[in-house]
Amino acid sequence: MADDLVTLTIDGHEVSVPKGTTLLEAAKTIGEQVPHYCYHPGLSSPAMCRLCLVEVEGAPKPMPSCVTTVMEGQVVRTMSEEAKGHREGVLEFYLLNHPLDCPICDMSGECDLQDYVHLEGRKQGRGVEPKRVFGRDDFGGDVLFYGDRCVMCTRCVRFMSEVEQDERLTVVERGNRSVIDTFFTEGLEGTNWHGNIVDICPVGALVSKDFLYKARAWDLDHTPSVCASCSQGCNVMLHTRDNLVHRVKPRENLEVNGWWMCDHGRMDYEWINDGNRLEAPLISEDGVSRRAVGWKDALGELLGRAEELEAASVRAVASARASNEDLGALAELVGALGGGETVFRSPRAQEELVLKGFPKLARRKDLAPNVKGAELLGMRRVGDDAGAGGLDSVAEHGSIVIVLGDVLADQGEDFGAGADLYVYLGTHDSPAAKHADIVLPVTSHAEQEGTFTNHEGRVQRFWPALQPPGMARPAWLILGALDAELTGEGAPETAAELFGKLSDAVPAFGGLTYPDLGTQGASAKVGAGAGS
Amino acid sequence: MAYPYVSDKEVSVVSKGFGDPLQRRIDTYVERGGYGALKKALGMGPDDVTEIVKDSGLRGRGGAGFPTGVKWSFMPKDNAKPHYLLCNADESEPGTFKDRELMRWNPHQVIEGCLIGAYAIRAKHVYIYCRGEFFEANQILARAVEDAYAKGYCGKDILGSGHDIDVTVHQGAGAYICGEETGLMNSLEGQRGQPRVKPPFPAAVGAFGMPSTINNVETLCAVPHIVEHGGAWYRQWGTEKSPGTKLFCVSGHVNRPGNYELPLGFPLSELIEDVCGGIRDGNALKAVIPGGSSVPIINAEEVARCSLDYEGCVEVGTMLGCASVIVMDDTTNIVKQVRRMADFYAHESCGQCTPCREGSAWTAQILRRIENGSGTEADLDTLMEMTQQMVGTTICVLSDSVAAPVQSSINKFRDEYMALIHAESSAEPAGVA
Repeated sequence: MADDLVTLTIDGHEVSVPKGTTLLEAAKTIGEQVPHYCYHPGLSSPAMCRLCLVEVEGAPKPMPSCVTTVMEGQVVRTMSEEAKGHREGVLEFYLLNHPLDCPICDMSGECDLQDYVHLEGRKQGRGVEPKRVFGRDDFGGDVLFYGDRCVMCTRCVRFMSEVEQDERLTVVERGNRSVIDTFFTEGLEGTNWHGNIVDICPVGALVSKDFLYKARAWDLDHTPSVCASCSQGCNVMLHTRDNLVHRVKPRENLEVNGWWMCDHGRMDYEWINDGNRLEAPLISEDGVSRRAVGWKDALGELLGRAEELEAASVRAVASARASNEDLGALAELVGALGGGETVFRSPRAQEELVLKGFPKLARRKDLAPNVKGAELLGMRRVGDDAGAGGLDSVAEHGSIVIVLGDVLADQGEDFGAGADLYVYLGTHDSPAAKHADIVLPVTSHAEQEGTFTNHEGRVQRFWPALQPPGMARPAWLILGALDAELTGEGAPETAAELFGKLSDAVPAFGGLTYPDLGTQGASAKVGAGAGS
Repeated sequence: MAYPYVSDKEVSVVSKGFGDPLQRRIDTYVERGGYGALKKALGMGPDDVTEIVKDSGLRGRGGAGFPTGVKWSFMPKDNAKPHYLLCNADESEPGTFKDRELMRWNPHQVIEGCLIGAYAIRAKHVYIYCRGEFFEANQILARAVEDAYAKGYCGKDILGSGHDIDVTVHQGAGAYICGEETGLMNSLEGQRGQPRVKPPFPAAVGAFGMPSTINNVETLCAVPHIVEHGGAWYRQWGTEKSPGTKLFCVSGHVNRPGNYELPLGFPLSELIEDVCGGIRDGNALKAVIPGGSSVPIINAEEVARCSLDYEGCVEVGTMLGCASVIVMDDTTNIVKQVRRMADFYAHESCGQCTPCREGSAWTAQILRRIENGSGTEADLDTLMEMTQQMVGTTICVLSDSVAAPVQSSINKFRDEYMALIHAESSAEPAGVA
């Protein structure tokens, strides 16, 4: 393997990288970020922004580090006076026609132009000529174009042509009259991945209409998570402020989603912010009135009612939106209560939407994040492609009925009316929970720690981004405590602990632990050690 | 006197037939010995043809002056991919009008050169990328190609040799940058005319992703003569490093502007004074741009010691380029002329590279301001510093071409800039370019 490694010196550090690596990528290995706009690891490199020029000993001209590949013994300087001088010059060119409207620009705070100019730009620009004005354009879909802020890196054009492979954008005109535009009246409507061009725009030229003027970048907290809109399991960041999710951005994971995510997943976050939540445990005495109680009373009542039942059998409805931990704890509890069957439902799309330039990534048919996890835990799928029906045997079950996370939107008020004990755990109340003896408020995936198993069996962690409402708690914590009372074993204190147990018990998880999963997840099929 | 102007100092090799309407007819061309070199070349191995061109020392006439035979030898010799020969007839450098004349008066010479070149690099297809504005040249060339097909000089089994070479004339759509070799390839393929990042070089990945060689019209026109008479014959003219003859397109304030074919190494002052009949109205010479608008301007003192070959021009701090000699007398407003060039480049920049896209337009803006009398001395420093940022920092050399006239004119004619900067008000309103 050593033959394939090339050793060179970058800024005085010796680096060994595989043959064919670009200088820019090689510099990353020693923590040097060579400023760049047009280069993006997921796109072709046109080497046109000329910001990543570095000094290479022996080369007559400064070399674009994004396309120059490493050579044995090369001496590269990214921080020399010459290299810095080039960047200063190029940055001055960028600012000639840039409106400098940072105070009202959505990108401010996370803008590469702002960052680079503050870092290495001239203190005072010399441009006194009138600035070129392009104005704004609605590109359709979720994208608004501020032409004056554009640095003409063409990442958006290349994304549409190379990755989405639906050429909707182009550069029109030439010279400094060049501007990104759509074709005549055809905008980005009808494309499914165009939100990514907002992410990869290094400046505030392409902004999301949905996010426009909602928050300043520096006020947002970023929490790593997993998109819950389908079973692909795109790694995402939840950007939150004031306990609300303001936007969802893809998080790099080359095994799952690269740098991208679909527009459906990106826009599917308002439900997380829904304020109409279950906030306290509720106990129903007579099937008509409910009273709110504390957790101790609620769980005590539940255990008490369960003990009264002899030879109980359980019918449970789980949700494929619940985490592996939640589902695992449910399975344990069902066993401890006398055993029974757990089913789940999940809506299915007619077709997969494959991202042509990164075919690993698609919006999968299963529109829930943890269908695979539920299956691996032995739960049976019921219902139709709309995620409805299939619950007749549960609805009429006489002994214990447990519902976790499914709002039973298609079920009537008499659901579980005949059950001896009907426990409903959910984020939201439901008409079908009318006959529930005990209603327990649980957290959404954005409010708790846990894992989802994606369509190909990759187990990926997510982290709590929001404070849960009221007394809502993670389902695994509630179910684990109940199970502990019934079995006499200790209750799990952390999601990590519970996942460890689960992974010992369920062969598919093959002994994986949270440290194995890391931030990028690991394949359940391959087992431990496959994590990053 | 014939063809606008001629001079007895001229050596007519490629320009033979200028002004003679019969020369463009295939029958006359063949009668006068045309396509003889093609026959001779087809009788040799492709590498032998390349060798002869190498021996002749012929250098690219498009501006860079790279040895043609060496360029041909870069082409892969044994691979299954199709090769292409591209003839760069997108002549758009301000001040240049030699290829147009070659195509108008002697189209079969161009075609014969292309065919020999294609044979030497094992290409089965030649694309002649002709500037869109050359309407007449395009028509003449297209007609000539048709005739050449009809007579069996191109197409299948040329002259019974078993070799197939097709020739396509492609009409450009009017962009200076499409004369840059890789910009031309993109344009030919139907893409935006933007230069490509090199490497890979055209000999490895060129037009349509295949090995390609691109040569200027004038270069290819010299090839039949070299093949016919040999490399040593061609070396009888010119200097050791710049052998042969070259068409000089003289424009500006001379009495007899025009195309003159002269041996390389010819003294610039003799070209102006003798061949072109001196400066108009007996005015004094102020400046000359010897190689088309992208090369540095030289002043009268430098003109006096400049010899017109690739090395001689470098000696006085400029370049031969494509030998488009623009002569300016002492009535010329240098700032205005430089501003007009900057306007041209700002308009023609493809817009890929930031230094060129932004810098060329900024240069033009500042120059216009100075020309209008609103400039400051600091503007000159800005111009010098900023144009330096445009040299060697971009994909192609268009950006360097902006810097050359600006920097050289500020260095050599600073007093003219200063006069405008310190003038009470501009004597003359700025003309629209």
